[in-house]
Amino acid sequence: MGMTLTEKILARAAGQSAVKPGDNVWIAVDILLSHDICGPGTIGIFQREFGKDARVWDREKVVLLPDHYIFTKDDKAHRNVDILRAFAKEQRLPYFYDPGTRRYQGVCHVALPQAGHVRPGEVIFGTDSHTCTHGAFGAFASGIGNTDAGFILGTGKLLVKVPETLRFTLRGVKPDYIMAKDMILKIIGDIGVEGANYCAMEFNGDAVSALSLDERMTLCNMAVEAGAKNGIMAPDDTVLDYVRKRTHKAFEPVFGDPGATVAREYTTDVSRLEPCVAEPHSPAKFALARERTNVKIDRVYIGSCTGGKLTDFVAAATILKRRKVKVDTFLVPATQEIADALATPRSGGQSLVEIFQAAGCLDIAPPSCAACLGGPVDTFGRTQAREVVVSTTNRNFIGRMGSKDAPIYLASPLTAAASAVTGHITDPREFL
Amino acid sequence: MTATKPVTIRGPVYVVGDDIDTDQIIPAQYLNLVPTIPEEYKKLGSYALSGLPAEYPPFVPKGGMESPFRLVIAGRNFGCGSSREHAPIALGAAGIEAVVALSYARIFFRNAIATGELYPLECGERLTDVWATGDEAELDLQAELIRHVKSGRAFPLKPLGAARPVVEAGGLFAYARKTGMIAARTP
Ligand code: SF4
Repeated sequence: MGMTLTEKILARAAGQSAVKPGDNVWIAVDILLSHDICGPGTIGIFQREFGKDARVWDREKVVLLPDHYIFTKDDKAHRNVDILRAFAKEQRLPYFYDPGTRRYQGVCHVALPQAGHVRPGEVIFGTDSHTCTHGAFGAFASGIGNTDAGFILGTGKLLVKVPETLRFTLRGVKPDYIMAKDMILKIIGDIGVEGANYCAMEFNGDAVSALSLDERMTLCNMAVEAGAKNGIMAPDDTVLDYVRKRTHKAFEPVFGDPGATVAREYTTDVSRLEPCVAEPHSPAKFALARERTNVKIDRVYIGSCTGGKLTDFVAAATILKRRKVKVDTFLVPATQEIADALATPRSGGQSLVEIFQAAGCLDIAPPSCAACLGGPVDTFGRTQAREVVVSTTNRNFIGRMGSKDAPIYLASPLTAAASAVTGHITDPREFL
Repeated sequence: MTATKPVTIRGPVYVVGDDIDTDQIIPAQYLNLVPTIPEEYKKLGSYALSGLPAEYPPFVPKGGMESPFRLVIAGRNFGCGSSREHAPIALGAAGIEAVVALSYARIFFRNAIATGELYPLECGERLTDVWATGDEAELDLQAELIRHVKSGRAFPLKPLGAARPVVEAGGLFAYARKTGMIAARTP
């Protein structure tokens, strides 16, 4: 019997010829990612359990990307980055991307592949639930807590239960008003926030292969919003070319067996999708943008590991070019590499920064998670009262962006930009 | 932390609904607290469930550090959202020994087991319709039952399955030492 892509990667990492869903196996970890929120606790557990003088299992495999609370006056936030810095120094970790230096990257899930730490066929764990993003490169990637991460730091291994695979086939030609965000919001709306609990969400089909890497990352990124352990897709030439340019390590891609059994299959025809939003307070509360034009908004937020990639800003710019925004529009590139690209003149001679400035958006913030998860009170874009937000982020839970009173509508960058222009939720087809 | 838990847990319960996410369990502004620093561990407890909507009664009394409740009874998908271990830790630090829910989000379940902070138990019945906040419950971990003390009604809990040996050992590290995955602690 064949194995799915997820099962094959886990079998290899467990040193077994085969695994099946439900097996509990110890697997070897290729990359452990942590950041400023969970890193200090992870380090605390590592030192408590393995001793003050313990060394990490492999310096090359630990990546520390502080990103959450960077541009704030909060003392403890700075203390936490200091803990990471001290640990990186003590352990001589080569991959600590220190804020305030030229090495600083920004949001960990966009930075990890950019900095060359994501390779097909590998096992990545991170102390952040959106670690599932890296499945877009054909890796097994999943979010864990500090205790599991502390264990990996000391041993390089983790006990995991092999998940069942749910297969999502996306077919058809995507219209230009549809983005990966619409696809994943539709899927989560259909299967619900528990629809993939404990499972692997595997994406395939011609509509997936046609997506840019940024867009594929959006699909895998939100797998956790349906409860999934990981999101994953088979690596193709687009992935292999990208990875080869960025990593200096050899890797061996893994592909699922053709006859592998999956627990459930779903098919979506992307040519029939319409621009949508997820209404407060659940990513599964699906609604069509054109049916919510009565919702007046106070601000638009474009940023995060889901909606702050270059493709997301390029999409927003197609709408904002030569138009004016009616509400406060916050733009937060995920990483410094993206921030640099925004400032670079494009084919039309204008940079994206200039387009956004002319549209009346607020000044672009430095790269970080910023208001995607609220954060300290002085965080850029954080809601403080009853502001209604259209956001390209991934979660619209109560209080997620700061204030418990601020309703959040999740949307694609196109829908977010169109809504910024009108001041209410708007279907981007009005402007395309 | 990983202290062995008693076999029966009795006390007042706090009842919450479906899809209680980690931002409601511990709002992001408190994630600057590091759980392995003892004072900050306690502080996390004082903020547990402070992200719930205003209709909910206080879980930790104003100005207090611990909750008067011993158990949380929840609906579906408890602990969805972020991987922050601060969530089971905040509940554990506040004095909660077990959560009994219809179902859990994967990472919360795993973090509760790995830390040994609390028992994440499942019951196939909607206990949120049986208990009201403040009602007493008696949890028998041996018999895998939860009893509504006033009415005497008892409900079976689902077996913990593969997670049970990890919980019994007292968390991931204790389990790994017991099974020889990592070296036993040198005294
Ligand atoms: S951008 Fe948002 S979702 Fe992504 S890692 Fe940061 S806080 Fe989490």
